[in-house]
This record gives sequence, C-alpha cells and structure tokens, in this order.
Amino acid sequence: MTNLSIFLLALLVGFEVIGKVPATLHTPLMSAANAIHGVVLVGAVLIAASAHDLVGYALALFAAGFAAMNVVGGYVVTGRMLQMFRKPTERER
Amino acid sequence: MSTVDTAVRLTYLAAAACFVLGLHLMNSPVRARRGNQLSAAGMAAAVVATLVLVIDAGAITATGWTFLGAGAGAGALAGWYTARTVRMTAMPQLVSLFNAVGGGAAAIVAVHEFTRLAAPVPARVAVPTVLDVLIGALTFAGSLVASGKLQGLVPSGPVVFTGGRVLTAGLSIVAVCAGAVSATGRGGMAALAVLLLAALALGVVGVLPIGGADMPVVISLLNAFTGTAVAMAGFVLDNSVLIVAGALVGASGTILTVLMAQAMNRSIVSIVAGGFGTGDSPAGGGGGRGRRPPRRGPPRRPVPGYARSAPTTRRSSSRTPAGWSSCRATAWRPRRRSTPSTS
Repeated sequence: MTNLSIFLLALLVGFEVIGKVPATLHTPLMSAANAIHGVVLVGAVLIAASAHDLVGYALALFAAGFAAMNVVGGYVVTGRMLQMFRKPTERER
Repeated sequence: MSTVDTAVRLTYLAAAACFVLGLHLMNSPVRARRGNQLSAAGMAAAVVATLVLVIDAGAITATGWTFLGAGAGAGALAGWYTARTVRMTAMPQLVSLFNAVGGGAAAIVAVHEFTRLAAPVPARVAVPTVLDVLIGALTFAGSLVASGKLQGLVPSGPVVFTGGRVLTAGLSIVAVCAGAVSATGRGGMAALAVLLLAALALGVVGVLPIGGADMPVVISLLNAFTGTAVAMAGFVLDNSVLIVAGALVGASGTILTVLMAQAMNRSIVSIVAGGFGTGDSPAGGGGGRGRRPPRRGPPRRPVPGYARSAPTTRRSSSRTPAGWSSCRATAWRPRRRSTPSTS
C-alpha cells in the first residue's frame, strides 16, 4: 500500500516537473530521463544478492551489464549534449 | 530497523529528491548542466547505498560479486566508450540503445524474482512482475528496432507487410493471456516465457511500421515505458528508489513525448498507429513521405534558435509534410552558436 502511494505521488510529480521546455532541450531532457531510469542498477545489485544458482548469477550478470551501460552511457551522453549549451568562452574541448 | 537500514532509506530519499530537482533544472538551458550533475550525484548515492546495504547483510556470495562486478564493469565501460566516441548526429540512436538495455535490465530483474519464488507466487509480486516483463521486453525490442532504423540497419521507412495488423492483434492476445495466467501465480516459467517472447515480438512489429521521421517521438515514448517498467521492478523488489525514479521518468517521459510531437506538429496517435490500428490504408508502401496524413493546424513556423543552423527550414518545408531532415532540424539539434567549435 505504501509503495502504491509512493508510485502515485511520484507520477504526479513527474507530470508537473517538466513545464514549458524550449524545443532545444527536448533531446537532452529525454536523455536525462533515460539516464535516471538506469537506477535499475540498484535492482541488479539486489538480485545479485539473492542469486544462488547459475541461472540466477547469469541473470544478475546481464541485468548489471545492461543497467550499468544505461546509467553510465546515459549521463555521459547527456553531459556531451549539454556541453553544446555552454558559452563559447567557457568551452574547453 | 537497524541503523544501516535507516541510513540507506534516507539516502534513497535524498537520491529521489536529486532526480526530481535535476529533471526540473533541465527545463532551462542555463541550469541544465547543473541539473544533470545533481541527478548523477543522486544516482551514485543510490547505488553506493545499495552496495552498503547488501554488504552489511552479507547477502552476496563471492561468485555473486564476481558476476555482478564483471557485468557492471563491462556495461559501464561499453556505455562510457560509446557515449564518448559517438558522433553528435548519431546520438538519438545511442539514447535509444541505452533505453533498450535499461528496459531489458528491468525485465531481467522481474524474471529473476519470479524464478526465485516458490510456485504459488503471491499476487503482490506476480502482477508487477507480469507488467514489468511485458513492458520491459516490449521496450527492449522496440528500442533496438528504433535504434536500428536511425542507424540504417533496419529500413527507415515504414515497414508494412500483409497480415501485420493481424499478427499484432494475435500477439497482443497471446501476451494478455499469458500475462493473466502468470499474474494469478500459475503457469510457472512456461507462461512467463510465452509472455516474454510475445512482448519481444510485439515490440518489433509495433515499431517496424513507424517511419524513421517519427522515431524521436517513438524513442521518447519507449523511454517513458522503460520508466514504468523500472517502477514495476521496484514493486517486485519492494524498493522505494526504483519506484520513485521509475514513476518520475514514466510520467515526465509521457509529457515530453507530447511536447515533442507538438513541436513536430504531429499527433501521437497517428505516429503510434503509423502502420496499424487506423482505418487509412498503408498502400503507398515506399518511403515515409508518401503516406503521411495531411497536416492540420496552424502553419508550421521554424523553431526559434534553430534557424541559423537548419538548412531545411526552406520555404517548401512549410507545405510538405515533415521529412526526416526537417524533423532533425526542429527536434534533434541543440542550439549551435555561430562561433566555430573545436570539438
């Protein structure tokens, strides 16, 4: 029941948190949201904790690999996109 | 509740706040980079807290650590390398690829929990498991196809074949039936495997008929799907940070999808229905331009900020429907300053 309340409230926050976004930010915003759902890495760690046979370990391996790729790649790509928004003076690369 | 448990829960709460604030900061170009950093910090905190939790419980065996470390290391390296080296123009398909693996991970988490539990799985776990596998697998396959379309590995025009709609309808029925059987806790692994395969196939036949020009919106929609799948994984594992982050992405991704479709002057229904579900015939076949419905609504105007870098905002584009090039100009290109960049 508690989980359901958390879910509903988080949904409502999610609907409100994005307001009038300029079209230039649509792609970075999508990429940022994409990185956030990489939090499933937490889930991968938790299933590794409860795995006790080969199937379990294999599933944990793939879940951890996929989730880590999602989270690391997601934040790096978002960072690179946002790099383009910097002022020309503070551009370093 | 032990001290460690309390600390972990508080960290999860802080991480969730970081995600919300980070996403909110991304609303303006000036603060967007800080938003991304805040969100990344929250992510790191959540992962470290989870590691502390399992180390404290002594739950992971040595073999478990090996597999977890190998998987996470390889995944992180692959993600970091591709994200650093990809060309700016190839980023949409990379985001789609990351979205695919995220959905896949969420589905795997649910499958693992399902295999672990004894035969009569309680509905509290079985129902979110079914939803997670369905949404996660569908997103995994669909995002891979979307990524392939943008990369040119899959024909980027709408792929429509005879019986496609019947196939989609049939697969949906199979998925719903297998899901219903699994959700009641019966059927065991066989029913779950059928559900998994049907969901994968649905992802493929759902995205194939959609033209490459609409892919940005489709990727955003699938992104919202993955968020929902992650929230379901949170229900399965009884983990609050997964639920919060997943629901956040699910909801904000939906809003973002609507905004993107509006910026392209397209309706989401007509995009998703691209090759199935609507009454109009997909007869044209060749290329996405021919069979688009006529544009409705106010005349298309160039989006401010793109004009300087968008060669496709020529006169004719106000009359012809949006093709891939014009879509790229309006939806995918972050603002470029006219000063030369050295990157």
